[in-house]
Amino acid sequence: MIECTINGETVRLDADPDMPLLWALRDLAGLTGTKFGCGIGLCGACTVHVGGRATRSCITPLKDVAGADITTIEGLDADGAHPLQQAWRDLQVPQCGYCQSGQIMQAAALLKDMPNPSDEDIDAVMTGNLCRCMTYPRIRGAIRDAAAAMKEASAHG
Amino acid sequence: MLKRTLATLVILAVVVIGAFAVYAWHGELAPMAASERPDFDAATVEQGRVLAAAGYCATCHTAQGGEPYAGNYPVVSDFGTIYASNITPDPDTGIGDWSPEAFRRAMHEGVDRQGRHLFPAFPYDHFTKLSNQDVDALYAYLMSEVEPVKQETRASTLPFPLNQRFLQAGWKLLFVDVGRYQPDPDKSDAWNRGAYLAEGISHCGACHTPRNALGAEKGGERYAGATIDRWVAPALTADNPSGVPWSAAAFTTYLKLGADRYHGVAAGPMGPVVHGGVAELSDDDLTALGVYLADVTGATDGEAPADNAALTASIAAGKPRRDWRREQGERLYASACAACHYNATPEGVTVTRPDLGINSATRLDDPANLIHVMLDGVPASEGSHGVVMPAFRSALNDDQIAAIAAYLRATRTDLPPWPDLPARVSELRAHVGTH
Repeated sequence: MIECTINGETVRLDADPDMPLLWALRDLAGLTGTKFGCGIGLCGACTVHVGGRATRSCITPLKDVAGADITTIEGLDADGAHPLQQAWRDLQVPQCGYCQSGQIMQAAALLKDMPNPSDEDIDAVMTGNLCRCMTYPRIRGAIRDAAAAMKEASAHG
Repeated sequence: MLKRTLATLVILAVVVIGAFAVYAWHGELAPMAASERPDFDAATVEQGRVLAAAGYCATCHTAQGGEPYAGNYPVVSDFGTIYASNITPDPDTGIGDWSPEAFRRAMHEGVDRQGRHLFPAFPYDHFTKLSNQDVDALYAYLMSEVEPVKQETRASTLPFPLNQRFLQAGWKLLFVDVGRYQPDPDKSDAWNRGAYLAEGISHCGACHTPRNALGAEKGGERYAGATIDRWVAPALTADNPSGVPWSAAAFTTYLKLGADRYHGVAAGPMGPVVHGGVAELSDDDLTALGVYLADVTGATDGEAPADNAALTASIAAGKPRRDWRREQGERLYASACAACHYNATPEGVTVTRPDLGINSATRLDDPANLIHVMLDGVPASEGSHGVVMPAFRSALNDDQIAAIAAYLRATRTDLPPWPDLPARVSELRAHVGTH
């Protein structure tokens, strides 16, 4: 039995300790916003936050997150209105949309570490998140817009 | 004295105006009913079809969505909009009652059957060079192959006095050399054929030669390039901007296919010039156009693409940077590690964004710690509490993990490379430890 917190709720998961976190999130917790992409931590589609850090859940064993605080795309913002999610909508970023929850979770972690990322920073951090539709220019644009919006919000907050 | 001068001026004015009136005045030519038209043989009609294509007659004489050759295509000029005439063989609204002589006069002199001057939006300044035989072939084609369509041609929006057709005679007097094409005896037959086509039916200069304030092609700047409908018709002179100079063969290919290997494509206003246009010409004629255009652009044949500086520079500039993720370790690091380990500035490094170049795991003589962490990650209970590093054991093979380790060691430290890395990864992967 492994206990952890998912989107603010304490959950107890009765599962194989070596089960990838992604499996547990999707099949046991029913949180299917996080996607399976490559299964080897090289595409970023499964990115969630563990302890606030962007983490590839497909290669993270459940036993490693015992006691940890996990946030999925469903829990990023109660209203789905995180500045990144707004920018995503404004710029119509997704095409097929499959990678976007991973992209947004990775980008949210990026903006916590680097509130004013340069394009170089964005590229370096986001390179591990693949988009098969090649929407990279819009992803980058949305991250820039979200960064500006968050800066604006904090200036007026 | 003053009186005499005035009288002289008045007389002069009367003479000049009179002479202009004589010059400008053209009588009506007798109408010719369809039944009176000469018979056309198939070869002449076909010749006319090809010439009509090579002159893009349908392009300007067909409104968008309208019937072919029925007119009302808007030719927008700085002076106003002129609507192309209906040149279908409809006797009331088209040219159905025109005789071959009337058609020749229109093509060669810019005067319609009724004796009215045509606006020079109709490029008779080029068509005047066409042989009678070619003009008759066009006539034969229009009269026998084009469906008559009853459609009045709209009046132009030219303001007074520009809309006064007799004034067009003055424009003609100033800017048009009426007369058939005269071959240049110093040039080849192919060159002369090309010049005849380019300057005559295909009226290349209508778009590629800049125009003066009165809308006439500038004689001294032939083919110097101009704008047409907000597109640029590039110079067909030594000033042509193409990175790889044009050759006769390139022009021929371009005009036949709408594209050439080392040049752009025929797009915008040039699209219909090629497709359904000059592409209909025979290969011999297209070759002749190539010969002529190569000469006016000063093209020199024979330069190998590899010798062209613009081309080689462009190819070189487009290559992926040689030092950009050239090896596996760097590529894998970029996609598997950098999301968490990239740092923009020394101040940006945090406990949860560790910089691997300063980490002892990268700097130890033994790579074991680095390899262990890559294989099995760091659980929430270790390292920074509540944070995990995923385990790449089942994601990356020995060579891949070794490549990342070697890359970090080589680029982030000035320490000697680790020996036998893949074997070391293999050994540690197999080891069943207690941590």
